[in-house]
Amino acid sequence: MNYVPHTDRDRSEMLAEIGVANLAELFSDIPSDVRLGHELRLPAPMSEYDLARHMGALASKNRTTDDLVSFLGAGAYDHFVPSVVRHLVSRSEFYTAYTPYQAEISQGMLQAIFEYQTLMCELTAMDVSNASLYDGATAVAEAATMACRQTRRQQVVISAAVHPEYRTTLKTYARNLGIDVVEAGMKDGATDLEELGRLASSATACVILQNPNFLGSVESMEVAAEVAHRNGALFVACVDPISLGILAPPGEYGADIAVGEGQGLGSPMSFGGPYLGFLTCRQELIRNMPGRVAGETHDPQGRRGYILTLQAREQHIRRERATSNICSNEALSALAAAVYLSWLGKDGMREVADLCLQKAHYAFDRVAAIPGFRPVSETPFFKEFAVRMPVAPEQAGAALLESRILGGLPLGRYYPDLGDAMLIAVTEKRTKEEIDSLCRALEGLA
Amino acid sequence: MYPGDLKYSEKHEWVRVEGKIATVGITSFAQEQLGAIVGVGLPEEGSKVEKHGALADLDSMKTADQVFSPVSGKIVKVNRALEERPELINDDPYGEGWVAVIEMADPGELADLMNASEYEAFVAEEASKG
Amino acid sequence: MTMPLIFERSEAGRRAYSLPECDVPRKDATELLPGWALRKRAADLPEVSEVDLVRHYTKLSQRNHGVDVGFYPLGSCTMKYNPKVNEDAAALPGFSALHPYQPEELAQGALELMYELGRYLCEIGGMDEATLQPAAGAHGELTGLMIIKAYHESRGDGAERTKVIVPDSAHGTNPASAAFCGYKVVEVKSDGRGGVDLDSLRAAMSDEVAALMLTNPNTLGLFDENIVEIAKIVHDAGGLLYYDGANMNAIMGIARPGDMGFDVLHFNLHKTFSTPHGGGGPGSGPVAVKKALAPFLPVPVVEKTDGKFVLDYARPQSIGKVKAFYGNFNVMVKAYAYIRALGAKGLRQASENAVLNANYLMRKLAPYYHLPYDRHCKHEFVLSGEYQLASGVHTGDIAKMLLDYGFHAPTVYFPLIVKEAIMVEPTETESRDTLDAFVDAMIGIAQLAEKDPEALHTAPHKMVVGRLDDVTAARRPVLRWRPNKQTNAG
Repeated sequence: MNYVPHTDRDRSEMLAEIGVANLAELFSDIPSDVRLGHELRLPAPMSEYDLARHMGALASKNRTTDDLVSFLGAGAYDHFVPSVVRHLVSRSEFYTAYTPYQAEISQGMLQAIFEYQTLMCELTAMDVSNASLYDGATAVAEAATMACRQTRRQQVVISAAVHPEYRTTLKTYARNLGIDVVEAGMKDGATDLEELGRLASSATACVILQNPNFLGSVESMEVAAEVAHRNGALFVACVDPISLGILAPPGEYGADIAVGEGQGLGSPMSFGGPYLGFLTCRQELIRNMPGRVAGETHDPQGRRGYILTLQAREQHIRRERATSNICSNEALSALAAAVYLSWLGKDGMREVADLCLQKAHYAFDRVAAIPGFRPVSETPFFKEFAVRMPVAPEQAGAALLESRILGGLPLGRYYPDLGDAMLIAVTEKRTKEEIDSLCRALEGLA
Repeated sequence: MYPGDLKYSEKHEWVRVEGKIATVGITSFAQEQLGAIVGVGLPEEGSKVEKHGALADLDSMKTADQVFSPVSGKIVKVNRALEERPELINDDPYGEGWVAVIEMADPGELADLMNASEYEAFVAEEASKG
Repeated sequence: MTMPLIFERSEAGRRAYSLPECDVPRKDATELLPGWALRKRAADLPEVSEVDLVRHYTKLSQRNHGVDVGFYPLGSCTMKYNPKVNEDAAALPGFSALHPYQPEELAQGALELMYELGRYLCEIGGMDEATLQPAAGAHGELTGLMIIKAYHESRGDGAERTKVIVPDSAHGTNPASAAFCGYKVVEVKSDGRGGVDLDSLRAAMSDEVAALMLTNPNTLGLFDENIVEIAKIVHDAGGLLYYDGANMNAIMGIARPGDMGFDVLHFNLHKTFSTPHGGGGPGSGPVAVKKALAPFLPVPVVEKTDGKFVLDYARPQSIGKVKAFYGNFNVMVKAYAYIRALGAKGLRQASENAVLNANYLMRKLAPYYHLPYDRHCKHEFVLSGEYQLASGVHTGDIAKMLLDYGFHAPTVYFPLIVKEAIMVEPTETESRDTLDAFVDAMIGIAQLAEKDPEALHTAPHKMVVGRLDDVTAARRPVLRWRPNKQTNAG
């Protein structure tokens, strides 16, 4: 297999047109000492049928969230993806396109991105959105560097309740840019606001909180925003877009930049990617915004159209002074989000968030009532909560599997003082029956 | 083409001098080279700038350029109108398209700049180099 | 007719969604959450029926060009055919319905696939160890440079090595990635044959240089014959060589960056290994390194111990993480399937035919368009619209006119060192008929440039919109729809 359409005759005629005797002549500029003297050591090629069987066999070595009942979240969520999303993102006019550099022949994707931007602005209550970033973690890192450029400061204060992998990613980016990352600790499952107040100063470029935070708790975002602004820093809110059907959006509590992981908006979990990093911000910050953005314009006849714009911020024009090095983003995931959010509409958005809220609270009440189990905190939460248990969470996870339940995330690896705690996520997909069977299985462990 | 009452730098900025006050912009040659200017990033009023230091960002469709300050001093005023209407630089580079007003720290630096006819010759030479 | 936005199709009370019942005792949100935590104004999302939703995005898809629609000779982007069997494989629930934090023993198939893909990529690139974490090519560049920085730091000269060299023909991501990694960018010139100018390179090299970033074949589509000498110059000064894998499609199974002297390289799975570009992403940018740099790879690395695949986080010298989880796994599945389908021979044939197609097009077009570097190209080549400029026709006009022929335009105005550049990459999956039709179109346009330049200035004429006003779009940015703005949806 090689998907090359040429016949041998095509090839020889083409070589003749070029004026060379054989293919090797076309490679004569590669010095012999760097030419590969042997065939690559790779497995033998496969027919399509054999390949499909092989891929199926590999896939079947995994246990999926289709055949297990999942209470695992922690940044990747088992939300329902309606059929329309998969069907529409599978339109090959979309998925086999490149970045829409030639606007007139790429109006479909450009309009979809423009719609996505509008939807994200609505959802987060912010002024402008970019066309997407890689994922939630890099969106946090990009927001931090954006804040540093904007304020010309080199320190970021982030809550320890932000997703551990987002913090690690931020630190990796920051270290190479000479940005100092300072962490504010937690108190009762949420950011310690007093410590946050002590750490933020006139040297701080931005304060970053996640809402709901990694443990599921709802944070006092307005108070944190006030801490940031009092010090002349920006406030970056990392949010779960599904929660925004019910929870206050970043624009309502004074965030300057909103970022987050948009996987829940129509993308499958796919073992961690591709996901959807989103970034929205206040109008005043657009010159420092990273990533692509689509804008509305018109043609000579006055017809409305869309085009990639404000490109002078980007790497292909500004090169080493660009606002980010990002080029390819996650356009197809953004399209999925646009379709998903349009499918939900105004009422559906509220309803899906409410279902998560209701079911998670039912689960919380039931789990907390099991002898030996107690919640990590009494802070209000949305769809995820942490609970301490009388057995090791890893061991509990193994036991739950026997009931075909994929348990929550053991937290000890990320927070040593939560070694006996598990983070349980409940989406709209979980039924009362499934939650009850989780509780029965947990009761058996107590 | 190049007003006689202005001074010019090799980076294609012009300076209008009134006592210790210098108004800075880019020349008609520079704006033509850039093409349609679509965005301007201005410095903060009250901040200091060094001679040859970056004064403002100029975005055109194909490039992102910078205005370099021909003199050092304190930026006393910036042309906020450019944020809404960057095309003023294309349309009226020596008038409404001015970029910033600087209170000069050392008016002696002006001696390094060209007058209109010197600048015209300089541009002709640049153009011939392609 | 103006294409309405989804918001303009909205009618209060319509709905497409259906969600599970609330089968638990329902409480009011205000009982469960404090008032200050609640949203005050509902997000104004569109309210449409399912059929309207489907028709809207189907119509949008019909206003978009992809490889499945027609030729897409976008230079540097390797727009080859995306095999459908790979899409099916990636959509299997056994791959798509996996949670990244599910225990390793429940994800052995996924980890095996990642482990093997990493090994295949190392073999193809001539490298020792790989990470699949970066989400795109530019992300791979950044990751690779972070690894280089960590390597120099481990040897004690990280603080002195503050510069990264890039050629003047480099992709914009190279200097941007270097700057994003805290490096100062030094540009070196290209020589008359389109390669790195060795004297410029020697002059730029010093013990302050951390690395040289290079694409080979370069962005002119030309193989740098001096690569061994270049590697020596850089290595002798203690620097490392970074390979931008954007142009890997020219050399699979023919030459390997690792054998040329490169220390770090990134692959673009969404270019070379046939995974679709998704209209701008997702991509995937794995990074492979030589042994000495392996300790610095991001965590986790997939390892095989006692026949089991595990995620290894215990790598104390690691740069950390560049993204959450393990990378764009769904894209990896497609690239893995592609490599397994083609095998060594198929990959080599892909590169050979990509180079054949590029040279064929180049020779056919050279009589009509200026060819600034007249030598065998690799997988792509660069023309200049300089002849047409005499009639006042710019490369941008040529690009827009091509759209009317049903072709996507080549990459234009890049690389920056060629005036009015037109960068053409046909890929191996295009037939001779398609190439000939493209040649006819380009010749027709060259003739039109002389006869009727105005027709080119106003192109395209057959698209759903005419040439869009990019200047106004940038000067008066309208980046979202607003309900108060009345537009005539029709």
